[in-house]
Amino acid sequence: MTKKFKNKTLEWLDYRLPIFSVLREALVDHPTPRNLNYWWNFGSLAGITLIIMIVSGLLLSMHYVAHVDLAFDSVEHIMRDVNYGWLIRYIHSVGASMFFLIVYIHIGRGLYYGSYKSPREVLWWLGIIIFLLMIAAAFLGYTLPWGQMSFWGATVITNLFSAIPLVGDNIVTWLWGGFSVDNPTLNRFYSLHFLIPFLIVGVVFFHIIALHKFGSNNPTGIDLNFKQEKIPFHPYYTIKDFFGFGIFFIIFSIFIFFLPNALGHPDNYIPADPLVTPEHIVPEWYFLPFYAILRAIPFKLLGVIAMLGSIFILFVLPWLDTCKVRSCRFRPIYKQFYWIFIFNFIVLGWIGSKVPEGHYLIISRICTAYYFMHFLFILPILGMFEKTLPLPTNIFKDSKKK
Amino acid sequence: MLKKIFFILFTLFFFIPNSFSKEDVKLKKQNWSFQGIFGRFDNSTLQRGLQVYQEVCSACHGVKRLRFRELTNLGFTKEQIVNYAKTFEILDGPNELGEMFIRPGEPTDTFVSPYKNKEEAIAINGAYPPDLSLLTKAMKNGPDYIYSLLVGYEDPPNDFELPDGLYYNPYHDGSVIAIPQPLYDEAIEYIDGTNASIHQLSYDIVNFLSWAAEPELQKRKALGLKVLIFLIVLTALLYVTMKEIWSRIEK
Repeated sequence: MTKKFKNKTLEWLDYRLPIFSVLREALVDHPTPRNLNYWWNFGSLAGITLIIMIVSGLLLSMHYVAHVDLAFDSVEHIMRDVNYGWLIRYIHSVGASMFFLIVYIHIGRGLYYGSYKSPREVLWWLGIIIFLLMIAAAFLGYTLPWGQMSFWGATVITNLFSAIPLVGDNIVTWLWGGFSVDNPTLNRFYSLHFLIPFLIVGVVFFHIIALHKFGSNNPTGIDLNFKQEKIPFHPYYTIKDFFGFGIFFIIFSIFIFFLPNALGHPDNYIPADPLVTPEHIVPEWYFLPFYAILRAIPFKLLGVIAMLGSIFILFVLPWLDTCKVRSCRFRPIYKQFYWIFIFNFIVLGWIGSKVPEGHYLIISRICTAYYFMHFLFILPILGMFEKTLPLPTNIFKDSKKK
Repeated sequence: MLKKIFFILFTLFFFIPNSFSKEDVKLKKQNWSFQGIFGRFDNSTLQRGLQVYQEVCSACHGVKRLRFRELTNLGFTKEQIVNYAKTFEILDGPNELGEMFIRPGEPTDTFVSPYKNKEEAIAINGAYPPDLSLLTKAMKNGPDYIYSLLVGYEDPPNDFELPDGLYYNPYHDGSVIAIPQPLYDEAIEYIDGTNASIHQLSYDIVNFLSWAAEPELQKRKALGLKVLIFLIVLTALLYVTMKEIWSRIEK
């Protein structure tokens, strides 16, 4: 047997528990396409953000009190009395927004370069599961400060379950732990908010295992068959990721230190009051596109189904997209539809922040319809008729290579 | 080409929301010293603001999240704060005999709210005078809004039906507000001799409330500048290192 490590202790330990060789394989030797562009930074960025969220959340949990009478005050106690408590809390609250921003770009990259296509379907599924868990964690976390938006957001979202026929109301009572959003609700939300990040960590491991099975996709989308097309992860992509971290931390810091509340809602600095409903109940920005889909449909149950469907449809995307060519670079028509889709999604987000009346309602319906059209009609049909550009045989023949 | 159209649409899109939404009353925007990346509080206006709070607002509003010791940030000495805190009566207890008792305030105490609870406040005022600790943070453009509200009282238009016991203020939701105009020219006499115009009083109290809502602001921005400078240098070095490492294979 060849020795893997020069250090004897390390060699002894690794022979019995091969974590070091596994880590070395994954973080050092892992053969990675040499043509990855900056859009491939966002996976590791999401990873580092997850760690930041867990660490800052852990510190917050040491001072936070999950009780309807104390939660708001304990958050203000963190802001005012805990040493650098304001920093920890702003890292956590801004971090949630950053996490979604990164993950949206990460998903957008996957859509553009066809990273969901065979043989990476399971990798894609695991990513969607992470996204769903993130949504749950973010929603639960937003209720914890027990401000007005926390309380009313929790009320609106839990009430969605009442749309389920026959047992809806019973389910809502069961979720609440009572007959209204109250202390039992806050307690269980806190408990689950603490749990979910660790579930995410678990799924992230599977995500990485699935990724390393076939390696990263690349901007050309072609399968790499030559050794020269790949380079070891370290030092090339470690340093590139670190540079990405640097840029990200600069943007993150601008928000933490100078615009900490720009992405939040001012109403959440008013303690929760079950007797006073805020004028507009809006979720955080990262939920707005889905909120728009929910409200675009006049029947509550259908709205809920559409909202969930808009995410769950991603699970079957690898089969809805019938084109064998992965990357948008070689799909001139899909490329245009891709940008229309992104624009449509952003418009949905904008509509989500508006009261659904008049032309807002009309726009939201058109955009919702288009969202599903994109997946259910455009993608399957385009795959059959689109004339794709000739694929290069290897990445060195890719004309766009720098 | 399409990318260009996309970005034009994208930029346009940020201008749409304002043109679509129903017309809001224009706030009287002020230059607040605490805004911007170098933003700092001005101690003299904060101290005057405290005086306005003390002599006018505190009759009905609390700032219960503020502790006396935090007034060191306004430029007061420890001794001044100890003496100031002493002027407040704090309900404490129970003592060994099981009784609640009144003691003079200490720097670690919070400001005392004028009412025992929300119910009492409503019973006396008819409406709830909110705690002011987080007010500027709890609304959009908080400082400008509160300033405009304070200076914005006026007589209702002829066709406007003012409900009994309410006052006309175009900046408030629905143009009616439960609190009578709290500040007037010369409403108080400033200790430092500043002319107490309604603008000055409103400006000072908004400064004070902004500080009360975000006492960490100055520290946060100062730290933020250091962090940013560090990160920019670090990122530049990482960039150079990256180029160096990648040059090994990019020949």
